[in-house]
Order: sequence, then structure tokens, then C-alpha cells
Amino acid sequence: MAEGGIAAALANVDERDNWKVHFADTMRGGQYVNQWRMAELHAKEAPDRVRELEAWGAVFDRTKDGRILQRHFGGHKYPRLAHVGDRTGLEMIRTLQDHGVHQGIDVFMEHTILSLLKVGDRVVGAFGYERERGRFKIFRAKAVVLATGGIGRAYKITSNSWEYTGDGHALAYDAGAELIDMEFVQFHPTGMVWPPSVMGILVTEGVRGEGGILTNKQGRRFMFDAIPENYRAQTADNEEEGWRYCQGSKDARRPPELLTRDHVSRCIVREIKEGRGSPHGGVYLDISWIKQKLPNAAEHIKRKLPSMYHQFKQLADIDITEQPMEVGPTTHYIMGGVHVDPDTQMSRVPGLFAAGECAAGINGANRLGGNSLSDLLVFGKRAGEFAAKFAKENSLGNIVASQAEQIESVAREALAPFDRHDGENPYQVQKDLQDTMQDLVGIVRNEGEMRQALGNIDDLKKRGERAAVTGNREYNPGWHTTIDLKNLLTVSEAITRAALERNESRGAQFRDDYPDKAEQFAKVNTMIAKAADGSMQVRLEPLPEMPEYLKQVIEESR
Amino acid sequence: MRTTFKIWRGDANGGAFHEYTTDIAEGMVVLDAVHDIQRTQAPDLACRWNCKAGKCGSCSAEVNGMPKLMCMTRLSELPLEKAITIEPMKAFSTLKDLVTDVSWNFRVKKKIRPFKPRPPDAADGTWRMQQEDIDRVQEFRKCIECFLCQDVCHVLRDHQMHERFIGPRFLIHVAALEMHPLDTENRIEELRDKQGIGYCNITKCCTKVCPESIQITDNGIIPLKERVVDDFYDPFGWIWRWMKRKSDSATEARNP
Repeated sequence: MAEGGIAAALANVDERDNWKVHFADTMRGGQYVNQWRMAELHAKEAPDRVRELEAWGAVFDRTKDGRILQRHFGGHKYPRLAHVGDRTGLEMIRTLQDHGVHQGIDVFMEHTILSLLKVGDRVVGAFGYERERGRFKIFRAKAVVLATGGIGRAYKITSNSWEYTGDGHALAYDAGAELIDMEFVQFHPTGMVWPPSVMGILVTEGVRGEGGILTNKQGRRFMFDAIPENYRAQTADNEEEGWRYCQGSKDARRPPELLTRDHVSRCIVREIKEGRGSPHGGVYLDISWIKQKLPNAAEHIKRKLPSMYHQFKQLADIDITEQPMEVGPTTHYIMGGVHVDPDTQMSRVPGLFAAGECAAGINGANRLGGNSLSDLLVFGKRAGEFAAKFAKENSLGNIVASQAEQIESVAREALAPFDRHDGENPYQVQKDLQDTMQDLVGIVRNEGEMRQALGNIDDLKKRGERAAVTGNREYNPGWHTTIDLKNLLTVSEAITRAALERNESRGAQFRDDYPDKAEQFAKVNTMIAKAADGSMQVRLEPLPEMPEYLKQVIEESR
Repeated sequence: MRTTFKIWRGDANGGAFHEYTTDIAEGMVVLDAVHDIQRTQAPDLACRWNCKAGKCGSCSAEVNGMPKLMCMTRLSELPLEKAITIEPMKAFSTLKDLVTDVSWNFRVKKKIRPFKPRPPDAADGTWRMQQEDIDRVQEFRKCIECFLCQDVCHVLRDHQMHERFIGPRFLIHVAALEMHPLDTENRIEELRDKQGIGYCNITKCCTKVCPESIQITDNGIIPLKERVVDDFYDPFGWIWRWMKRKSDSATEARNP
């Protein structure tokens, strides 16, 4: 669950911060293939959204003068993340839930959408099932907003929960929307690596924001070894300066541990590959060292990182106030998703909106930590507003005979696994897909392996079509897995095809057959759509031209 | 190492323990074993889970009779020579296997008066609060709504008083609202009359099972009980309220 905080240029801790700096940081982090308009709206509106949460009851950590405290995070020039210890996501969920229950919203918990319903071009509803009884349901709707999150479960090692199966991505794609930037999958540098059962669970970047350092088995702070050119001017060149930065010193530059996630993950992979990793195949992340600098360091760590303390103590027998953690990259987030209008969040399918991780554009080739929570607040609000507007302006679509056929066929397909005997075990097919994506379309990619992955995905699709389940329809996780599989296979294919199209290394995409950035990919997004014959088509779409005033903002921040 | 698990399987109409055997490895938690069994032997075995890190509160169950988060219960903490029993929470009705119907909790929350902040402190619409004034509220807001405290509370579990008592989770929710420095609402009367705070006789079972180590009883329920006593049973408070009501109605009479 999101831990570190919400990025918003409130300027409560450093008065030099403002939306322009946040915008420039976001674009630099995304290697300038972001949709500039989304990055602009996001930077401008995030502070209001944080203040709105406070008005709804959220209780953020405070500055000495009683305002919302902000912490350092990777790629953000100034301390910018509003947070609650390391459980910011929980605070957001709770605040929105507590506020939401009094707004007269009908909530259908544990429902899964199988297909979006359309009349002509427009979305008019959704067809799904309720898990509790296994019954099908038709939702008629004037507008639909997808907010289904990511695709982490396509990989073996992930920080994501079981639900991150790319449902919204696949539903939108099947309904005729486009997906962009699907090659950009974020591997968070610090997931747990030991014991095996917790592999992948997130270790918040807040650890590094509070002064945590990365070392290899020789005790070397390897992040100082390879600072990228475009960040050199902003990065500390010695350990002392890095520490002063974490302590809020305004003339200090960030330690290299707080470079962007794509870069930090690659450095960790390099250390491990070259034999300088920790015993369980990771590297060391050490926050306990700050006891050399701070009195009451143990108390400080427990106060600022209570969940991390608890998580390591309980699951790995490690006391993070005394010992270093072992960490390694974990699949965390997908920058790619449904292509939406930056202002309204509507896809090219009228009435179909998307927000948060399942939408795309704001992050470009790499997302900065903290920008996902602000993204979903800013664009969640916008999607809701514009969906409501769309709904007011349009009548409820009629479910006509053609939909009845569509619904019947989706229902038949969904139930087919119950009729098969001796079919494939859906859990096993899912696991084999995770192995394929982890091994062949992971942090380091090349054409040969990805072609092989496409072949595997094809085979797995056929196996998925032979999946069999036992038991009845009530709350049946095996059955549910067969439904997840279809979506996971769609997004896995999209990731692989997009990654094959981008013959360069940029942000989260690293190709060892094209290890450098290439000019011809500097101003394009990959765009995926379903062709009339049902096949997946990829093309390169030029980025919208950035207006002069924003170019200037970027220029000023170089 | 081969280990035996007895998992309760069934629905609201009844069920029974089923025995499964699976290999366990270093560092495994109960939820890992349930997943292994699901993947290889019982694909329709129902359980809720989400974060696998003790943060979402989904995988609550009773392990060897104790209310636990399955994802935070290490197998190495349990006596493995005997079969490990896993069953659903008993204070709620069972939907299927380890999945219970916790929707009552959400209906309860709806009835609690929402946060009502005072006007902003600054011209830009923001407030000022000191960290030491919110430490207690933040402790309560750590709650992950796993409902283990509700499960173990005898008022709910044994006496099934769901209609008259909101349970420790929502007493903590009320406490977080009442102690929120910005909040202006008063929930004390409802706490006594509708939410049944008097039924709690502070046995502290809820505090013992809280995976977030919230001091539910000492820091939340007891101070709330004190507020109820101050408001309703203190003679000076009673007289003050009586006078206030008189003056309020006089004001209303003047400004109808």
C-alpha cells in the first residue's frame, strides 16, 4: 500500500517550491515523454487536493509551525511529500471512505466487471459479477470511470496485491480505447528479498528520504558511482552533503539514493549481477547508521517509519534501528495505461473515463515517488467532474438486442471453465505467465527475449482457454483467476509489444540491445489499439507540442 | 517440512474442518500456506487478502483459536507438531470458508456523525495544528479495519448485540473524531444512547488482538467513557446544560 506521501508543491517546508518546479521535476523524471498538459494540471492542482483531504479529516504530520509537513523523495528538488509516517495511503483511503459514506454513494463491494457495454461508439454500462454469490449483473450508466490501478500481478516479484491484474487496461482496450506508454513498467528499487514468502513487499522510499543509504556487500555506497548527466548538477558529490540535504539544509543537494527509481533499480541490478550483492540476492538499505548523527535515532526511526519497523521485525526478524535491510527491485507501477484527454480524462470512447494508475500520460517514461497519490487525487477529481458533466448531457443508453448477444457471449465464456474437466489449473497458468514476464520482459530487455515472451504469451492464451475450475460460483477464487488471466495476458502482450517498438533505453525501459536514448524516440509515445480483426496494433504517436511558457519553465530549471 | 492444516470450509448453512497437508519453508506465514493449498489442492478455497504486509486488514481469521491477520502470523510462532486450525471470524456470519460478511461494520460507520471542522485558521483556507496535539488521533487512525477487535469483543461475539453496541473499532473511530483538534461536532449523547458505550466493561480483549497495537481501551474507550460521565452524570454539568438549553431557547425565541 502507498506509504511515502503525496507530492504537492505546498511550500510548507521550503518556500522556494512552487508548481513550476514540481512540473519541471515531473517532466525530467519522465524523460520528457510525458503529456505536458497532464503534468502541468497535476503540479498546479495537487496542493488544493491535499488541503481538501485535510478539510475532510485527514491528519497529516505537522511542521513546527503547525502546517502540513513535507518530506524528501526521489527526483523532487524540494521536500514535497505530505505524509503520515509511512502509512499515507491508509490515511487517504480512510479519509475518502469516511467522507464518502456520508455522500449517498452506492457502493458495490467485491464486484468484478467482465465487459463494458456500448451502443455505437459510446459506453452505456458494464456487465460483471458479484463475488459473494457469483451472480451476473448489468450496470446501466451514462458514463463510466475506470480506476482499477495497475498490472503488477503480471510479474513474479511485485509489491502489488492480487487485484492488480490490469482489468481497466484490458476493459478499455477491448472497448476500443487506446493504451499508451505500456513499455514503461516501474520497478521500485527497494522491495523485500528475504524470506522468500515476503519477496517483493514494498520498502518505502521514505527510508531513503529520512537518510537511509544503499550499500553493497563491501560496504560501499555504490549510488555515488554512476550519477546520470542530467542530474549531476542537482546531486550531492559527498556523503556529508547528502546527509545535510535529508536534514533540510537548503544549500545541500540530494544524495544519489534519491535519484529516480528507474536509475536506482538499474544500479542495484548492476551490483547484484557483478557479484557485490547481499547474501539473499539484494543489496543493503541502512537507516540504522543515522544513530551516528542523531541522538534518539531509534525512536526517530520508529516514529517516522513505523510500518517499516513493524514489517521487518515481524516478517524478517530484522530490527531496522539496529541492522540494515536487504532489498531488491520489485514490480511496482505501470506508467502506461488508457490514453485520455488531459483535461477531462475521457478516452477516445465517448463516456469512458479513466483516472489514476490505469490512465496514462502524466508520468512519461518514469514516475517520481509521491506523484501517484497526487495524480489520482487531481485526475480522480477531474474524471469525476467531467464524467458527471457527460452524464448530465447524455441520456441513459438503451441496452438493445446486440448488447444482449454480447452479454450472453461474455457470460458463456466466463462460465465455460466450470464445464471443463481435466483442464489447466488457472493458478499454474498465471504463475507461468509471471515467470515469463519476470524473466523476459523485466528490468533489462532485448528483442530476442521479448519475441520469445510473445510466443509464450500465445501459448499461455491457449492454455488459459482450457482452464478448468471446481466448486460452485460463490466466492470462488479459482474461477476468479480464470477471469484475471484474460486481462493479465492482454496487458502482458501490450507491455511486450510496446517495449519491442521502442528501440531505445529511456526511463523505466532499459534495452541491452539499444542501451542509449535515441533521438527518434524522444518525442513519441507508443500507442496500442485493437484492430478490426482483433489483433493488437502498435504505432508511434508524436507527442503534442509543448507551449513556449512551459518550455521556458523547463529551461529555467536546468 | 510437511505440516497439517485444518481449515474450516462451508457457508452460512454450516460446514466442517477439512484437513490439508503442505510443505512449509523458512519465513512463511499462515496466509502463504493457505495460498499453497489453494493453488495445489483446493482451488475454490475462499479467503480475503490484499497487501500481505499487515496494512489492509483483509485476511483476518482465527488461527488456533486466536484472532489474527493470516499475513502477519509466522508459522514459526505456532506449534507445528499439531495440526494448525484456521477458521473464519466468529462475530460475523460466514459467507464462504474463511470469508465473513463484515458489511455490518460499514453500516455502523454511516450512522456516526462525520468530521465537522472549525473554520480555517488562515486566509488561504488552511489550519494549524501542533504535532503533539494530533499524536493520539494519529494512533487511532492507524486502524486498518481488520475487525479483529470486533471479533474478540464478547458484547458482539457472545451476546450478539450488534444492534445496540458499535464495538471497539467504532468507539476508536468516534474517539479519533472527538479528539481531532479541528472537529466541532458533539457525539457524546449518541455514544451513550445509541452506540452503547456502557456495554463495554473494559476487559481489554480488543487491545490485546490489535495488530496495530492501538491502546483501544486505555487511550480511546476509557477517555470516551469519562466524557460521557462528565456530560451526563456530573451534577454541575447537568445544571450547566440545563441553563444552556434555557438560554438557547431564549435566544431562539428572540431570533426565530
